[in-house]
Amino acid sequence: MTDQQLVHLVGVSKIYDGTPALKEIDLYIRRNEFLTLLGPSGCGKTTTLRLIGGFEQPTTGKILFDGRDISSIPPYKRRVNTVFQRYALFSHMNVFENIAFGLRIKKMDEKTIRAKVGKMLDLVNLTGFETRSVDSLSGGQQQRVAIARALVNEPEVLLLDEPLAALDLKLRREMQHELKNMQKQLGITFVFVTHDQEEALSMSDTIAVMKDGEIQQIGTPEDIYNEPRNAFVAGFIGESNIVDGVMHEDKVVEFAGQVFDCVDGGFGKMEPVDVVIRPEDVKLVQPEEAKLQGVVKSVTFIGVHYEMIVQAAGIDWLVHSTLMEPVGAKVGMLVAPMDIHIMKKVSFG
Amino acid sequence: MVRFLQRTYVYLIFAFLYAPIAVLISLSFNAARSRGSWGGFTLQWYVELFQDRVIMNSLYTTLFIGITSALVATIIGTAAAIGIHNSRGWQKKLVMNLTYIPVLNPEIVTGISLMILFVFAKLQFGYLTLLLAHITFNIPYVILSVLPKLRQLDKNLYEAALDLGAEPWYAFLKVILPEIMPGVITGLLLAFTLSIDDFVVSFFTTGSGVATLSITVYSMARRGINPKLNALSTIMFVAVLLLLIIVNVRQAQDEKKARRQNDKENTLSLVGRASAADIDPEWMQQQ
Ligand SMILES: Nc1ncnc2c1ncn2[C@@H]1O[C@H](COP(=O)(O)OP(=O)(O)OP(=O)(O)O)[C@@H](O)[C@H]1O
Ligand SMILES: [Mg+2]
Repeated sequence: MTDQQLVHLVGVSKIYDGTPALKEIDLYIRRNEFLTLLGPSGCGKTTTLRLIGGFEQPTTGKILFDGRDISSIPPYKRRVNTVFQRYALFSHMNVFENIAFGLRIKKMDEKTIRAKVGKMLDLVNLTGFETRSVDSLSGGQQQRVAIARALVNEPEVLLLDEPLAALDLKLRREMQHELKNMQKQLGITFVFVTHDQEEALSMSDTIAVMKDGEIQQIGTPEDIYNEPRNAFVAGFIGESNIVDGVMHEDKVVEFAGQVFDCVDGGFGKMEPVDVVIRPEDVKLVQPEEAKLQGVVKSVTFIGVHYEMIVQAAGIDWLVHSTLMEPVGAKVGMLVAPMDIHIMKKVSFG
Repeated sequence: MVRFLQRTYVYLIFAFLYAPIAVLISLSFNAARSRGSWGGFTLQWYVELFQDRVIMNSLYTTLFIGITSALVATIIGTAAAIGIHNSRGWQKKLVMNLTYIPVLNPEIVTGISLMILFVFAKLQFGYLTLLLAHITFNIPYVILSVLPKLRQLDKNLYEAALDLGAEPWYAFLKVILPEIMPGVITGLLLAFTLSIDDFVVSFFTTGSGVATLSITVYSMARRGINPKLNALSTIMFVAVLLLLIIVNVRQAQDEKKARRQNDKENTLSLVGRASAADIDPEWMQQQ
């Protein structure tokens, strides 16, 4: 098992001028895994990458690479390469020289360099761009040069800091596919940073959701979507209705002034909880058929379904439905017991 | 009418500023020895100029001091700029202000204080003191030319080089230095120009037998006006003018480039903000 853990952050904290950016993080990254760090701005994603890359030293804890502590090894001796958010290409060198930079440091002969760079250009679809200046490339092309420049060194881990943030939606989708394919093809471990939950869900083997320098949950995309551990994760991954509730006993919860059956248990008697309901799990029915009744406040058609806001018990509920109810209509809302997710209350900082 | 007056006013200012130089230049081609009359066109004074041992010696001194002080000041100034760029907080402010003060200081103060310092350090006045003085007053100008280039750099550039396996020194030589080179060269040219242009500081810090062109002009002028001086001054004027034009054009080009780069960055951050707003986790907390 341990040989599977390529990178292991053990109790790692990072404190900048007295304010903690990371709080005792424990995280391991398996060989050949596509791991995504997901979280809102300022939660410590970049800091985590910079620690793995060697650009920052942990304040406490250590970083193991293949079981060896690398906390004090400088970036140029780590078998890790980085794709920076702003690309950081060398503007006084052409595309070829940018990609060849790492190989020249390793003193490879010209023929090998040519072959390797050629292969990389092919991989990122930039054959024929060798002598172009990097300033003359589009954002997406610069992005691919940055990826090729890192990958050509055959790192064991590739760190990518929001590499797609500056691209338009269409290009972003394309690059998501290309990146995922490259990762599978080359069998390299990817640590990918994003604050876009869709991107995280579609690309990753494992997602670590972060907030305020702490990891909230680690798991597969399915785990995290279906079994969010707390209200923050639930709200951040996909859209959710999150309301205050009180646990009456196991499998009985009260919220919005009504008592409902649910499937969760193990809480104290009358313990306050967060109740999470996905908008697609709410079924709109005739008012008399449901405990919860409300009035439709707004309707938006967004392609596959209608997005509606229904006001019930003084709460605005987000509801997704393929059937439209007009604004002002009285409706009932049904939720199956297994779609009522109960979560322990966490205090938000 | 107002426009006409405005224009005349501007022309008058230029006339006052440049009339003496125009007179000087035309006199340098005047065959008559006296300043009062025009005796026809000649290049005689220029020929004599290059045969004058004293003048040629001071030309070599000027060039030697100019080139050496510019090179040394560029090395020290570039290193200092990098240090300033990477420091933070009050230390950065302090050093920046210490850099500006010599630039704004009257030359005569710089000259006299350097002279006192050299006396105090018991240095023999001559080539060495002259060189040290020129290096000293050139350093701030190099710093001020290099700093803007450093600010334009992507802050991840150096890290990207390390990331690809470059040791710090290699990363500096192969990545940082080429990127800031335009600023370094502008600083070098500016330092060279200021060095050959300088009179006051040189006057106070040189020793017997060591004279720059401007010092030679001064001492010859005191002995009576010599038409050769007109020729020499004309050459110096043209040389410094050319150098300043080059420096200014370079700086203007640089600013243009910086502005373009800024525009790019602004759109980048706009895109970033837009995508962050797409997933606003706050709406659910308002529920
Ligand atoms: N060099 C630094 N000095 C001081 N504070 C820092 C430094 N770098 C990061 N921080 C702070 O550490 C916290 C985490 O920053 P980090 O850059 O890791 O966030 P992030 O998750 O990458 O955010 P974003 O999505 O905005 O890039 C922030 O509060 C930030 O202000
Ligand atoms: Mg970041």
